[in-house]
Amino acid sequence: MSLGILACSETSEGAFELLTKARELSKELGVELAAVVFGNNDSDCQPYFEYGALKAILVPQGSVGRLDAETYANILFEISKEKGPDILLLRSSRLGKEAAGRAAQKLQAGCITDAIGLEMKGSDLVVSRYALGGNTVSSEIVKTPKKVISFMPRTFEAQKLPAQGEVVKLELKVPKTRVELVELRKKIGEAANIESAETLVCVGKGIAKKEDLEMVKELASLLGGELGCTRALSSDYHWISDDRMVGISGKRCKPKLDVSIGLSGQIQHTVGIMTSKIIVAINKDKEAPIFKIADYGIVGDLYQIVPKLVEKIKSAGS
Amino acid sequence: MRVIACMKQVVDLQQIRIKRDTREPVLEGLPVLFGDMDKNALEEAVRIGEKHGAKVTVLSVGSAKLKDTVLEALAMGADEACIVVDPACEGSDAAGSALTLAKAIEKTGSYDLILVGEGSADNYSGQIGSRVAEILGIPQITYVRQLTIEGDTVTAVRDIEGTLEVVKAQMPLVVSVTSEINKPRRAPLAQILRASRKPLNVWMLRDLGIEPSKVGSAASTISVLANVAPEQERKGVIMEGDTDETVGKLVDALRKEGVLQ
Repeated sequence: MSLGILACSETSEGAFELLTKARELSKELGVELAAVVFGNNDSDCQPYFEYGALKAILVPQGSVGRLDAETYANILFEISKEKGPDILLLRSSRLGKEAAGRAAQKLQAGCITDAIGLEMKGSDLVVSRYALGGNTVSSEIVKTPKKVISFMPRTFEAQKLPAQGEVVKLELKVPKTRVELVELRKKIGEAANIESAETLVCVGKGIAKKEDLEMVKELASLLGGELGCTRALSSDYHWISDDRMVGISGKRCKPKLDVSIGLSGQIQHTVGIMTSKIIVAINKDKEAPIFKIADYGIVGDLYQIVPKLVEKIKSAGS
Repeated sequence: MRVIACMKQVVDLQQIRIKRDTREPVLEGLPVLFGDMDKNALEEAVRIGEKHGAKVTVLSVGSAKLKDTVLEALAMGADEACIVVDPACEGSDAAGSALTLAKAIEKTGSYDLILVGEGSADNYSGQIGSRVAEILGIPQITYVRQLTIEGDTVTAVRDIEGTLEVVKAQMPLVVSVTSEINKPRRAPLAQILRASRKPLNVWMLRDLGIEPSKVGSAASTISVLANVAPEQERKGVIMEGDTDETVGKLVDALRKEGVLQ
């Protein structure tokens, strides 16, 4: 018998997404749904009820110190241990993901990170995630009584409904972290939020020189979209900041339109654009794998196609 | 000081073919290698070894082929290798692998820094570092792109969404690295020739005091119902020929799709 679901994220946005899905799940399973709220006042809990929590476990920020993986795992362990909630749903942010593994180890639980889907099949909670470097999608169940699952950001859409719930204030006795924060630094370059972009223009090694990125940027801005890139252009060439790197170890995006320019379509990259509504590919190599996952493709020289595309969009807009 | 780099042997993911009818991956006969980020972990360990005179141990759990795969790590500069090769490990999940690694780390006698990649090349679940740190009861610093050591203190620059976090902690410590931390070296020929003469410890579960029932597929906390390539329902309209014409058609199509104003 399941003793309930706990949704937890270090950001409220993340918690709301998880709660919306968990609300549906808790009804199906007939179990209680609780949320962890890192806050100070009862009033901080109200929004969590509106996204589905029946109970808000208020963890005063001052009582636990800085939230790092070990502290986060300790908090989850204290809440879930013994008769606490069995199903822990986290956000697969970097912090959420590392805490998931550590919390699972404490709870002797099975853990699935970077999940991209969740559904009930009979009495089983079936979780999907990419496997084999993005070549496959694996459907898995956690067999242990306690289950820790972290979901990729924006897997679920948050939905608000008027509701009330109970606030439980928890003063936890968790040891202070052994990792000391020295400094926070902003990353160089503007902070790109390509994950929520409606349109994405991704480039790869087909771009010969850094200066040539200008024409791609012009296309992206004409389309009202963001620039994304493969690992090579970010990590190897350093032409584009790593905030814009798309793929298994970069960002996973869900745009309405993805335009892939001069990139072959290695699975490590395409896993980040797979859920786009429309994929357009421009590549000179007819055999490039990107054409296999494209809705529309043009085989040819990007140095002719991209300026032509810019020209046609401009002339149509005037 | 001893630095241990944990590495995972995976099939060459670039060479995976998908069966047309069942959409299952074909893994038989594929070459095995270490993942790229595992090499970043090893490279960092070797650099620490060079700078601070630390002993560098590479640690891995895998199939019999590991004896060959690990030679590359030795050629890249590790001083010794410890590998766990036991049929009972077959099908281990993250919990089983972490237990095996943690016990093997303890068996090395002393350890200060344990380096792992931020995720394995195949599953990228990122659980191993966290679980090993928890089993050993030591702190963890993940997603590290820069590492400095002074005495017992490690200072690291962590890459967190949108921000770089500078943190410090005392060893022993688990650190996971991102690919930005370094550029792994290619093993020089002389080192390749020397690699097979470096110490290679091959352990079985009984050497680590692990009950075979605690690891492997039978002990797995996860059961995999299916693992197949995702269905792609794409239109596949691929055009060739006159640029003016093909681009014109593309613009029309995108407008019809409602993704272009």
